Amino acid sequence: MVAISGEDIPVVHDDHDEKPRFFERWFYSTNHKDIGTLYLIFGIISGLVGGFLSFMMRLELMAPGIDIFTNEHTYLVFVSMHGLIMIFFMVMPALIGGFGNWFIPIMIGAPDMAFPRMNNLSFWLLPVAFICLMISFFVPGAAEGNGFGGSWVMYPPLSTTGSPGPAFDFIIIGLLAAGFSSIFGAINFITTILNMRAPGMTMHKMPLFAWSVLVTAFLLLLALPVLAAALFMLLTDRIEGGTAFFDPARGGDPQMFQHLFWFFGHPEVYIMILPAFGIVSHIISTFSKKPIFGYLGMAYAMVAIGVVGFVVWAHHMYTIGMDVNVKAYFVLATLVIAVPTGVKVFSWLATMWGGSIRFTVPMIWALGFIFLFVVGGVTGVMLANAGVDTYLHDTYYVVAHFHYVLSMGAVFGIFAAWYYWHGKMFGYHYSGFLSRLHFWLFFIGVNMIFFPQHFLGLNGMPRRYVDYPVEFEFWNQVSSWGAFVTLASVVVFFLVMAEAFLMRKKRKVGNNYWGEGATTLEWTISSPPPYHQFSVLPRIDGGDEDHAH
Amino acid sequence: MRALNAMLSTAGAGLLTLMSAGAAFAQDRQVGPTQDGWYLQEAATPVMEELTRVHDIVQVIITLIVIFVVGLMAYIMIRFRESKNPVPSKTSHNTLIEVIWTVVPVIILVIIAIPSMNLLYMQDRLPQTQMTVKVVGNTWNWLYSYPDYENVEEYVSNPLDETQSKQVGQPYLLATDAPLIVPINTKVKVLVTSVNNMHAWAVPSFGVKMDAVPGIINETWFEVFEEGTYYGQCSEICGINHYYMPIEVKAVSQAEFARFIAGGGEVEDKFAKLEGGAAVSAAND
Repeated sequence: MVAISGEDIPVVHDDHDEKPRFFERWFYSTNHKDIGTLYLIFGIISGLVGGFLSFMMRLELMAPGIDIFTNEHTYLVFVSMHGLIMIFFMVMPALIGGFGNWFIPIMIGAPDMAFPRMNNLSFWLLPVAFICLMISFFVPGAAEGNGFGGSWVMYPPLSTTGSPGPAFDFIIIGLLAAGFSSIFGAINFITTILNMRAPGMTMHKMPLFAWSVLVTAFLLLLALPVLAAALFMLLTDRIEGGTAFFDPARGGDPQMFQHLFWFFGHPEVYIMILPAFGIVSHIISTFSKKPIFGYLGMAYAMVAIGVVGFVVWAHHMYTIGMDVNVKAYFVLATLVIAVPTGVKVFSWLATMWGGSIRFTVPMIWALGFIFLFVVGGVTGVMLANAGVDTYLHDTYYVVAHFHYVLSMGAVFGIFAAWYYWHGKMFGYHYSGFLSRLHFWLFFIGVNMIFFPQHFLGLNGMPRRYVDYPVEFEFWNQVSSWGAFVTLASVVVFFLVMAEAFLMRKKRKVGNNYWGEGATTLEWTISSPPPYHQFSVLPRIDGGDEDHAH
Repeated sequence: MRALNAMLSTAGAGLLTLMSAGAAFAQDRQVGPTQDGWYLQEAATPVMEELTRVHDIVQVIITLIVIFVVGLMAYIMIRFRESKNPVPSKTSHNTLIEVIWTVVPVIILVIIAIPSMNLLYMQDRLPQTQMTVKVVGNTWNWLYSYPDYENVEEYVSNPLDETQSKQVGQPYLLATDAPLIVPINTKVKVLVTSVNNMHAWAVPSFGVKMDAVPGIINETWFEVFEEGTYYGQCSEICGINHYYMPIEVKAVSQAEFARFIAGGGEVEDKFAKLEGGAAVSAAND
């Protein structure tokens, strides 16, 4: 890997921390930190929208019967939009766009991203995409209702002949915009990380968060064009007398869409979780006051997860009627992923072993992450077995599984990062009490929602059902009570933010407010960092590769 | 103990009420989701028995893994907390332990993979089947036919609404007006396809779930041990009534199945039988 030496990069020297005026700063922004902040704000807003949708779903499912929704279609619209919004507009913007933008340049000792204007474009495509999705809610779709109810997987024929009206077209356009946003972001991150590391920072000294975002960016770059192609095909298939890629009556193959979708969709789940892996590594290391255990193993475990993640897609499709030998291959390939994932979990534990552990707020979120990710991970091993998955496929067991790794894995990663870097980003600290309350309410809430869903799935309850037989009532009720607890925790989260903002004068923090253990470059600069950091590039001294990151 | 007894007898009374409500079908064995259940449905076929076994093996292994990781985490959190261990070590390598935590998971995965593969091939490789049923998904009901028997016409299986389900004493959102009728102890091949949206024909207690895809005919199989009524639900999103296209399979004795076929595949009218049943119970009073 040839890295361009940092000194060759021209650095603009007008960095007297003069910020542009409001409109230019926030709308024309090319500053990675401002764009990161915009991404985070955007993620919070979409998180609220997506969370509202899921809360309404839980209200509906609290008791048998159709009580909250006036028609079944609207429920399915909520299900579909919840998935799309949480994935494309909450988790990805927060982890990659938000924390990635904020901290990748700082952690690798770069003044900014490689392509600041493209960075601006990446962000502003997202609100456009989001508006398209919001319009979709209110324009005609299937069943004389508004919106698209074909779930986030968008399988044809339900998404072609089964969803007339412009609602789904708006979603396609929105997702294409979001996809291009991510592709541009990925190009930016790859270029930045490969070319703009500070002098002396070799790939093997790079912080693990940078590693995780690098792998994620490659996954985005390779997976999203496939989604874009599949979406275009859907779009032209939907035109009256248009193409017939997925229409069996005219020689098309609806299962082809599923292959294309999951060829994107499986790497997508790693796109969502890998940055959280990186963040958790830093937090565990910081609060154990120890370097990461097995740094190289950790970095290459992520690379391995990324690579293997591309060859396991059909484990989402065990029931479509694939050849048994193909299924056997996908079972074995999927099980293999457990190995690098295990390496990561055990390395986190080994990092803590012998450490001097402080149970700060980000640390408890990171510990919560490990626990919940392990629970979600082992049910993944169960689902990997095509034989057993025949029973569990499309039941609530799957819902429980992927919410344990996403709603709890990725989201715990997001909150851990939020509390870890809050002072760095804003310059002041938050209330310890309130943020711990947030953690415990959220932890109890999401476990209450999703643990009983394993039972529902084992008992056979299918997904995406607006109403269910009375046999499933009890665990659905428990699950819905969990939604109330989670709602309370969201309220507390906003209290944390508001309280911290009001107290900002009294809670100023220094450069390295976590002290010993926080060794990456963001802790060497002020909190918040200057508008342009590193006009003189930092030098990373030699020394043991694995200890210098 | 007394409280427990009271609870049990209440539950028993509840159950009895339910049974008597469906006088006509009370003697039927109904297999579907259990009330507030938290485990796999009862196994009604050899595949489901094997599936249950593999599930249990994996469940035990993953439970032990979670207990091990959580236990280790708790131990580390207590033993190495800041107040107890103020000076952190600087260890960041241990080749032996890294090899162990790579190799041991591989061994565990091999242990899981062997029974898993057996199950997969047992489930997927069709044995010599003795008869064939054809299942066609339609938005939003199921069409059943018996390609082996030309005299049997394809019939539609529609869900029963809430009142109707109560009348016949079957669970709402699982009961249909016309179940798929199959003989017990017979290897049945199932052909599954769809005429419009995708659906999935799923009967959990059979360990069967097969997507119904337009333009493609999928096949699977089952062999039911015991007579009874087995329930399933559509398991691939198919539009607004996705939740309202249940699957009901009635496994009958081979003699009764022969009568069913001889009679041209006329599915008995549940309501007609109900009225008869009501008359009988009235006469008993």
